[in-house]
Amino acid sequence: MDMKRSYYKDLRLFDTLPLGLWLCACCLVLAAVPFHVGNYTLYLLGYIAINVIVAVGLNVLVGYTGQISLGHAGFFAIGAYAAVLLVNAGLPIPLALPAAALIAAAFGLLLGLPALRLEGPYLAVITLGFGLTVENIFAKTPAFGGATGPAVPAFTLTLVPGWSREQNLYLLIMLLAGASLLAVRNLMRTRVGRAFVAIRDSDVAAACAGVDLTWYKTLAFAVSAFFTGLAGGLFAFHLGQVDPTTFNLMLSILFLAMVVIGGVGSILGPVLGAVAISLLNLKLKGLQLADFEQIPLFGPSIAGFLGRNFMETGMANIQFIVYGAILVSIMIFEPLGLYGLWVRSKRYWRAWPL
Amino acid sequence: MDWLVTFLQVVFSGLAAGSVYALIALAMVIIYRTTEVLNFAQGDMAMLCANVGLAFLVTGALPFPLAVAAALAFAALLGACAEFFFLRRAKEPTVLSLIIITLGLEMIVFGFASWKWGGEPRDFPIPLSPADVLVVGGVIMGHLELATIGIAGLIIAALFFFLARSKAGLAMRSTQQNRAAARLMGIRVRRVEMGAWSLAAMIGCIAGLLVGPAATVEPYMMWDPMMKGFAAAVLGGITSLPGAALGGAIIGIVENLFGFYVSTAFKSVVPFAVILLMLAIKPSGLLARHYVKKV
Repeated sequence: MDMKRSYYKDLRLFDTLPLGLWLCACCLVLAAVPFHVGNYTLYLLGYIAINVIVAVGLNVLVGYTGQISLGHAGFFAIGAYAAVLLVNAGLPIPLALPAAALIAAAFGLLLGLPALRLEGPYLAVITLGFGLTVENIFAKTPAFGGATGPAVPAFTLTLVPGWSREQNLYLLIMLLAGASLLAVRNLMRTRVGRAFVAIRDSDVAAACAGVDLTWYKTLAFAVSAFFTGLAGGLFAFHLGQVDPTTFNLMLSILFLAMVVIGGVGSILGPVLGAVAISLLNLKLKGLQLADFEQIPLFGPSIAGFLGRNFMETGMANIQFIVYGAILVSIMIFEPLGLYGLWVRSKRYWRAWPL
Repeated sequence: MDWLVTFLQVVFSGLAAGSVYALIALAMVIIYRTTEVLNFAQGDMAMLCANVGLAFLVTGALPFPLAVAAALAFAALLGACAEFFFLRRAKEPTVLSLIIITLGLEMIVFGFASWKWGGEPRDFPIPLSPADVLVVGGVIMGHLELATIGIAGLIIAALFFFLARSKAGLAMRSTQQNRAAARLMGIRVRRVEMGAWSLAAMIGCIAGLLVGPAATVEPYMMWDPMMKGFAAAVLGGITSLPGAALGGAIIGIVENLFGFYVSTAFKSVVPFAVILLMLAIKPSGLLARHYVKKV
């Protein structure tokens, strides 16, 4: 059904015209948002878009190149710290953000080097160690602000004269998120992108076909780190503070969860996954016992049972149970994630009533 | 000779920490050898078992040996359930999807434990007092540390014996080497895989019960031992049981030496530096044969 039948079709930016039109409509809605909603909604949308950038970047590595990373929180932290320190050193924000992303990409190159000879468990342990090391170094070096993190400078960039800080930040994040999506989509239509996919499908076959494994595996790490670092820089300004304990293993796993839940190896997938995880995160973080009383019929008895047997202070941890359950069920029932569900339902309706 | 006593003291406490890492590493290696799954939930499953043990001990007011036995039984059940309900259900799994399933399992267990018992650190009462020490030539050895090393050594020895001599151990080895052939020879491979998970969960549970009294019982208690245990397993070559035990001891001792002589702040990073060094020199691990992927 969705088979590509010619190379020209494979090279198109959008698969179909309606898809392009829908994307334009989405862009228009997102562009109209800052005129109509309050600061808090802008903040939430910005948070989601930052996660989208990370997920799309991580997907280059996990979904397209088939390498695993349990240390992307490390690149995220490097981006955040680099952006803050560079701006503190006097660099303007439009220069500091790409510079931070490039610094993260340089670390991606470094981490990519051992990745050449490693796979599976070995790669997992190296990336895991990288994430922990970065977190540790930032948290324990006084030059980086120690346990409280460095002071984040005010976001003073004005893209549209007369807009507030929140509106400007929203615009910047959305523009960069859009640019990242476009960049990754375009990258995947080039020689480099096809080399990544070839490595994922079989690195031996790719090497036989003339793909330089050393170069492309390292490059995949660097590209992925670039986007994650960019998102990290945005995150620092968006949150207004940098706390080294944020960048822990759980964050790396959440990034991975975004890609997996959305669907590895697609553009739409990580976007859906990032939106889903961010919304769940925002919803479940503030869960109260009273929320369980809202459940129809059994509400009070459920709340009573939970109140007796579980700690009320630990309720925020329900989010991890939910993420874990989603991760496991995605892997068991629909390995292509939300994107797979979307493709499957599309196919069902197109072939209806068969 | 003061420096020698100090040195031995540091090595001794490193060895005590290392035996816990070795247990976690062994548990991971047993699962990896039999089913080719990297179990990232190992640490948090151990944390859950330690919590359950504490609940039996304090809330259930069971005597200590019974509480430990109950925690072990719970661990065996937990491991079997994890294999039966999560891992076995995966369709045509890849390495990545198996890792993600165990990560999902880890999050479920972590979320459940920290919801049920909260984030407050709690003491784990044991029939040993921290003041009981044995002094040998100036080196102070706490009874708990000695017990940790002793129990770990005993379990490792029992495990080697079990896997090398028993029929079940033979079944596990053949399942790992060739699943289809093992099945044709009449080995119930699924049951063997479930058994491996149970066994690993019980070993993890013992590690949790050893960490609990030495530190405190709280949701994050096994994160650090888990990372070190994973590092130890990789250091030993992920498929080798003696390698895992040796890796645990090396990581525990090197980490403690670094923490004492160089810097405490970066102590927890050292194992990964050791791994990086080892992978650069001998990518297949200390005691494993070179691993070649079948295409």
